[in-house]
Amino acid sequence: MTDFLLELRSEEIPARMQAGARAELEKLFRREMDAAGVVVGELTVWSTPRRLALIARDLPQATDAVSEEAKGPPEGAPDQAVEGFCRKNGVSRDQLEVRDVKGRATYFAVIEKPGRAVRDLLAEAIPAIIRDFAWPKSMRWGAASMSTESLRWVRPLSGIVALLGDEVVDCEVHGVTSGAVTLGHRFHHSGDVTIGDADDYAVKLRAAHVIVDHEERAAMVREGASKAASEAGLSLVEDEGLVVENAGLTEWPVPLLGRFDEAFLDVPPEVIQLTARVNQKYFVCEDAAGELANAFVCTANIAAEDGGAAIVDGNRKVLAARLSDARFFWELDQKTSLEDHAKKLERITFHEKLGTVADKVERVAKLARWLVEEGIVTDNPLPPAGGGRDLASGSEPSRSGVGSGEPIPTPDPSRRREGELADLAEQAARLCKADLVTEMVGEFPELQGLMGGYYARAEGLPDAVADAICDHYKPVGQGDEVPTAPVTVAVSLADKLDTLSQFFFVGERPSGSRDPFALRRAGIGINTIILERGLRLSFLAALTNEWRQGLDRISGRLVGADEEIWSKIGSLSETQVQELINREVSAAAPDLDAHADTISRIPEIIEFLADRLKIQQREAGVRHDLIDAVFALGDEDDLVRMLARVHALQSFIETEDGANLLAGYKRAANILKKEDWRGAEGEIARTGEEDPLALVDDPDMKAVVDAKMAERHTSEMSYPPEPAEQALMDALADAEPRAASAIEAEDFSAAMAALASLRAPIDRFFEEVTVNAEEENKRAHRLDLLAQFRAAVHKVADFSRIEG
Amino acid sequence: MQREPTKSFQDMILALHDFWSAQGCLILQPYDMRMGAGTFHTATTLRALGPEPWNAAFVQPCRRPTDGRYGENPNRLQHYYQYQVILKPSPPDIQDLYLQSLRVIGIDPLKHDIRFVEDDWESPTLGAWGLGWEVWCDGMEVTQFTYFQQMGGFDCKPVAGELTYGLERLAMYIQGVDNVYDLDFNGRGVSYGQVFLENEKQMSKWNFEVAETDALFDLFAKAEAECRNALANEVPIAAYEQAIEASHVFNLLQARGVISVQERASYMGRVRDLARSSCEAYAEKMAPEWAEKYPEWSL
Repeated sequence: MTDFLLELRSEEIPARMQAGARAELEKLFRREMDAAGVVVGELTVWSTPRRLALIARDLPQATDAVSEEAKGPPEGAPDQAVEGFCRKNGVSRDQLEVRDVKGRATYFAVIEKPGRAVRDLLAEAIPAIIRDFAWPKSMRWGAASMSTESLRWVRPLSGIVALLGDEVVDCEVHGVTSGAVTLGHRFHHSGDVTIGDADDYAVKLRAAHVIVDHEERAAMVREGASKAASEAGLSLVEDEGLVVENAGLTEWPVPLLGRFDEAFLDVPPEVIQLTARVNQKYFVCEDAAGELANAFVCTANIAAEDGGAAIVDGNRKVLAARLSDARFFWELDQKTSLEDHAKKLERITFHEKLGTVADKVERVAKLARWLVEEGIVTDNPLPPAGGGRDLASGSEPSRSGVGSGEPIPTPDPSRRREGELADLAEQAARLCKADLVTEMVGEFPELQGLMGGYYARAEGLPDAVADAICDHYKPVGQGDEVPTAPVTVAVSLADKLDTLSQFFFVGERPSGSRDPFALRRAGIGINTIILERGLRLSFLAALTNEWRQGLDRISGRLVGADEEIWSKIGSLSETQVQELINREVSAAAPDLDAHADTISRIPEIIEFLADRLKIQQREAGVRHDLIDAVFALGDEDDLVRMLARVHALQSFIETEDGANLLAGYKRAANILKKEDWRGAEGEIARTGEEDPLALVDDPDMKAVVDAKMAERHTSEMSYPPEPAEQALMDALADAEPRAASAIEAEDFSAAMAALASLRAPIDRFFEEVTVNAEEENKRAHRLDLLAQFRAAVHKVADFSRIEG
Repeated sequence: MQREPTKSFQDMILALHDFWSAQGCLILQPYDMRMGAGTFHTATTLRALGPEPWNAAFVQPCRRPTDGRYGENPNRLQHYYQYQVILKPSPPDIQDLYLQSLRVIGIDPLKHDIRFVEDDWESPTLGAWGLGWEVWCDGMEVTQFTYFQQMGGFDCKPVAGELTYGLERLAMYIQGVDNVYDLDFNGRGVSYGQVFLENEKQMSKWNFEVAETDALFDLFAKAEAECRNALANEVPIAAYEQAIEASHVFNLLQARGVISVQERASYMGRVRDLARSSCEAYAEKMAPEWAEKYPEWSL
């Protein structure tokens, strides 16, 4: 058993690629060894900016000899076939063995593969690993790059160390040959470092100022930075991303603390932190009060002779120049009001089919106002604890207040401050994207929203508006903070609803892994806000409203055209006026037609949101089939109510009554399906009318038809019902209105209780009553009864969607 | 004569010339046209094409009209110098050579933290890209280091290594000066400000406020037409010069703020088209000659 060391040395590997490269090296090494039949145990993989290293412990010296068998054609097969088989397996005909396979003499080739020295296998594996290595980006270099076929690597590959035990595994890849020699730290060590074996690799490199273990370097950065901060009486703002990045940029990390001019602290702390982090890869520090301090920690790659004084000073200057730029942006941006910044949004295209960002802002402003005016977003701190919050955070469904069926508290209809709230929401929405055209957000796009909030506050806008601008992108992902302030909720929800619906309206819906406009994220954000805040929003109403806005814009153009016509009208003849009007109307007509089509997308959007809901609720243990069952009714577009219904349903289905009722339902549904029984409607189809269904759809006739059918069906009660039949009729007569009124009152547990009361009668009915009676009148009545039962159940949910 | 690169801007440049000359580089002079970066010099772009070895070093004045600050910002200039080294094919010890050049101008890598930080380069205008780093000295980017992979839409065969030193930044660093105008230009008391401050003030004003935009639009159109004319007559180097001209005029129009967001993309597309067509035409014109000298080579 021998240890194997492989080091691939190159010019500086980007820090962000090193983790992937380690995984790739391990994967390819295992692949090659598997293929060669070498058993690989524990692997250690390390990386520094200048090398990737792999140590495989306890490799065998050689692989075992194996004999492989291949089954060939039967004896007596044509020569061609037999010879082909021999060629394929590299044996001659006289080496073939004949064996009996199910009574048939069949040729077999036995191929003896001798064991091979692992050293030889490695010599073949290393070039294969290097050639197949997948980098996110790779390049050619040097004289060999006269051909585009030359080796590609992330940066020029400069050396290979390959040692099995203490012996070099000889190999060569595109002119780079293996050996035992590597290089130490770029500046702290000159000359070669000769490695003896896998065991002294890390030791010798350490002596040459290289910490080859990336995790050890990360710990040095983490602890060193923290220590540097605490020695200055500060605490480090931890940032694991920076730890890993700095560890990937250094072979000998030395964290150093420096100070910057206190005057820069006027700039928002997020800006300072981002400037330090993104541009310079520095940590920042906080003082005892948790305020950003005028200090940074950079990570040098050398232990400088002067203790790092010159390095700190140099870095301080660079940071000062960067912060001067940031302060310049901060001050410049504030010379223009957000309102004026917002005007520039007219020049930014939101999407080629959806106009400019200014157009979007206009829609969002109207929708945000609508959300308030409709009483969907109110000043009330919503919802009471144990209500909607549980719904969204997904505690056990049956335990949440709503889930257990208590009526959902309706928002206080008091509209005392509604007008003011609506104004604030509209104002915030109009300004929420203004920071996109500021210099600061141009420099740091990740500060969008946040900067708008700062600028709004600086110009003295109401806090509610500033907060809404700042937070309206939230929640960005699962687990992100969900807005609570009403103005923020209105703007955030309006923004996301607008994005989602507008892209759907123009046919840009996500498909597969393609979601370039992050519509799934918008959908999840919408659901989360609605559920966390317990907003009673009808998607249909909201989306129709959004759609209508588009219509208004088109008709707005018509109105505008009219005005133009009126101004000219004195000088025009009547025919000319008519021509003008016709022309304007027909110019807008194609838009109107196209727009009319988009309304058909609304159900798609609601379904998309329901799909997101299923995924979001999966972790909370809510069954997706139950969401389907409620959603399939087609009348539920209020998420809070839908989820309450689903929770009640889930609690019910998990009871014995529920399970049995489901079984009864399925049996009834099966019979109805088998008999193709469509209840009253189906009956009419057989009445011999020319187009009987037309009657059903005719609103004037509907009452007549209903009355007639009711009469027919009661009059058909032409036999004394059996007791079980009568019991079911009675139970339905009682349960159906009860379920309906409970649903109406959003008391879903009462609705479930009403359904539960059907369980015993339906079981008994199936037990005692023959549905397919010989007498047609009995059969018809009983099928009707089952249809009625099914309809009663459907008041609560479409049980056919429930699994199990 | 003893060079004093840590005390004099011009000595720093001369020290770099001495060093790269000793490495076998041609020491060229700046291209006599206004351009945004040393990469536009034909000694870089056009020479990066084709199979012939090419090693050259030169200073190139760069003009970035929108970076003008009327001489009021200590770090930003609308006119500054880059030092370009182009080594083709890229030698195996190119990083070491580069680090030696830093030592030559007085940067001690055991006192200062030198780092190669990922920074890939792409110029859609030139149809070019490469991989490499920005080289940091104590956190400051002092050099762009690139292995050209494509130029003018063609694979570089072989690959050239390009080093672009930001001379003012380096000098500020080496001289320990916080304001570019305080740099000692000659080691004998003439400051960078004495040479360039007035220039920055006037040129910033001209770039941002004065330049006659109708004339600029006209210049752009003329350069574009002349580029086409040169291409049609198979003189791609002349065409390339007109592409550089158009590129700079576009930058001036940008500084004047007369190009809208929508127009911007279209102008950039036009400049790109000129530059790429010129590079392509050059490569195609030279290809037979190259292939004759290097039979295994093809475009």
